[in-house]
Amino acid sequence: MKNFLSTFGVWIVAAIVAACLPQLFGSGLALTSMSLMGMMIIFSLSYNMLLGQTGLLSFGHAVFFGLGGFFCVHAMNDVAAGKLPVPLIVVPLAGAAAGLVFGALLGWVSTRRGGTAFSMITLGIGELVASSALILRHFFGGEEGVTTNRTDLAPLFGLNFGPQLQVYYLIAAWCLVSVAAMYALTRTPFGRICNAVRDNPERAAFIGYDPQAVRFLSFTLSGLFAGIAGALAAINFEIMNAGQLGAAQSGAVILMVFIGGVGTFAGPIIGAILVTYLQVALSDVTDAWQLYFGLLFIGMVMFVPEGIAGLLLRQQPLLRERQLHRVVPFYALALLAGLVTIAGLSLAIEMANRLTAHAGDGPKMAFLHVPLNATSVLPWAIAAVLLVGGGWLFLRAARASRNAYDTALAASLAAALAHRSNA
Amino acid sequence: MTAPALELSGLRKSFGATQIIRGVDLAIPKGERHAVIGPNGAGKSTLFHLISGRYQPSAGSVRLRGEDITGMAPQLINRRGLSRSFQVTNIFPRLSVWENVRCATLWAMGYKYSFWRNIERLADARQRTEQILGEINLLDRWKVPAGVLTYAEQRALEIGLTIAGNADVLLLDEPTAGMSHAETELVVALIRKVSENRTLLMIEHDMSVVFGLADRISVLVYGELLATDTPERVKANAAVQQAYLGLEVS
Repeated sequence: MKNFLSTFGVWIVAAIVAACLPQLFGSGLALTSMSLMGMMIIFSLSYNMLLGQTGLLSFGHAVFFGLGGFFCVHAMNDVAAGKLPVPLIVVPLAGAAAGLVFGALLGWVSTRRGGTAFSMITLGIGELVASSALILRHFFGGEEGVTTNRTDLAPLFGLNFGPQLQVYYLIAAWCLVSVAAMYALTRTPFGRICNAVRDNPERAAFIGYDPQAVRFLSFTLSGLFAGIAGALAAINFEIMNAGQLGAAQSGAVILMVFIGGVGTFAGPIIGAILVTYLQVALSDVTDAWQLYFGLLFIGMVMFVPEGIAGLLLRQQPLLRERQLHRVVPFYALALLAGLVTIAGLSLAIEMANRLTAHAGDGPKMAFLHVPLNATSVLPWAIAAVLLVGGGWLFLRAARASRNAYDTALAASLAAALAHRSNA
Repeated sequence: MTAPALELSGLRKSFGATQIIRGVDLAIPKGERHAVIGPNGAGKSTLFHLISGRYQPSAGSVRLRGEDITGMAPQLINRRGLSRSFQVTNIFPRLSVWENVRCATLWAMGYKYSFWRNIERLADARQRTEQILGEINLLDRWKVPAGVLTYAEQRALEIGLTIAGNADVLLLDEPTAGMSHAETELVVALIRKVSENRTLLMIEHDMSVVFGLADRISVLVYGELLATDTPERVKANAAVQQAYLGLEVS
């Protein structure tokens, strides 16, 4: 029993949480966001099979997301037109198959080399597929894309998957299965050899493994899971267009994985949830949301290159030896200063946005519910003070945090050694 | 008569106009411990790269147990039972010591690219990993990322990776380079142990190691073999003394 729980406990908990979430957050917006998060978790984990596990930086991963989606849309339309007895819940397999086949096809070209050559080839393939999508109108539907209707498929146990709640459960189920499968994959001989190729492809060859074959397999399997994610997007939105397989989508998944953290399995999950949440929340408040994403990305790479999961993981030895109190005040100070900096930056961005992109609406606006005039000097001065003052404080607090962390870590290690010699 | 474990004939390698290996013929019988010595720049490491598949020979052939392996990819040569170590430590720095060794056992155990087996349930790979870690004296460091090991520990791991796949022909490129006297003694004992019933070809600068370990010695000077003989006779060889040994021994 204990063995069973230690293996499957976390998946049972995840399933229960996924099942209960709609009870806690039942609004339409929340359901849509959570559906989006489910597919993005699969997408970003599939990307981390390349980047985190095998050390391959791909700039064209959305190709497999998009192709999976398009094949799923066409599969749905064909099933509906032919009145085939195929329930919607298995249609993502069409996306998986498309991802697998195109992963193998394009992987055969791109994985012959690792490193920069691989990245450049994926960039080229991404552009190639995105531009063909606009040319091959019959399959990709041109600018408008291809639409479908998920309720046209035969209902399963009376479920027609019309309501968003049912779609959420469909996505959650596929998400859980895919995440479990990708996790299991990291714990196989193949998964470990991927890590070995990431660390040192040459040495991998001298222990009997063909690094090119390892990259190829990893790329192909990663395409399969990206295809599932794209298929779920097709079911969720009931439309696919060329934008889904383009550079912006490929960039989005890099963003998620980097923000969450490349080095751990949980990192991309955290990144997918956070970035999707911010996308939904920010695009609601400001139309400059993509600018904020760019800034977030730069900030993360500069100050927390190991991502959120890596940052949390680093606190583990401190937590274990009860040294966390040494660092928390510094973290709080850095967080506060960071928020002040962001407030100043955001005020400046929003005022500039109002005066340029929305000049027609006049200079009177509100920032955080405070009314102000974007042409007057005072709000600009405030923004500058917040930005410069907050930024200065943040840099100092960040340095102090690092020092405090080093001290606390040394204390933790000393305490751990003392425990061991006592025991 | 059985074929030699390793046989080089007319092996040559040029980089552009520069000839690094100028026709090497060498046959190493099964079970021999053979050392290659020679001054810096003689082409010893290049010779290893040619045998192990890192470089393609310009001419000549390499035979493993009579089978032609000339110009094969490194992984194919490794799968045929020839394993090598590197002069500059070449390990998997972010993987733990345990995973480093375990990865090196997997192909020979037949697990290959298996993505359906749970690696933690492979009892034979675990036992083999434990055994290797015991032999290279790194059992108590198994959890540590290989990149943070000390230099001597990384050199030991380098040998561990080389022997983990159970190859019967071992190529060791300066296994004791940069080690203290005490560390060298441990490594020599280790090499003596792991090369039992195997064929060993090693590059070594430390003459006490070479003369204590090798059944035969080849002297490589400017890409050519000056002599191949027992340690005593190599020591006595006038040409060798002049070219190389006279500077380092006596």
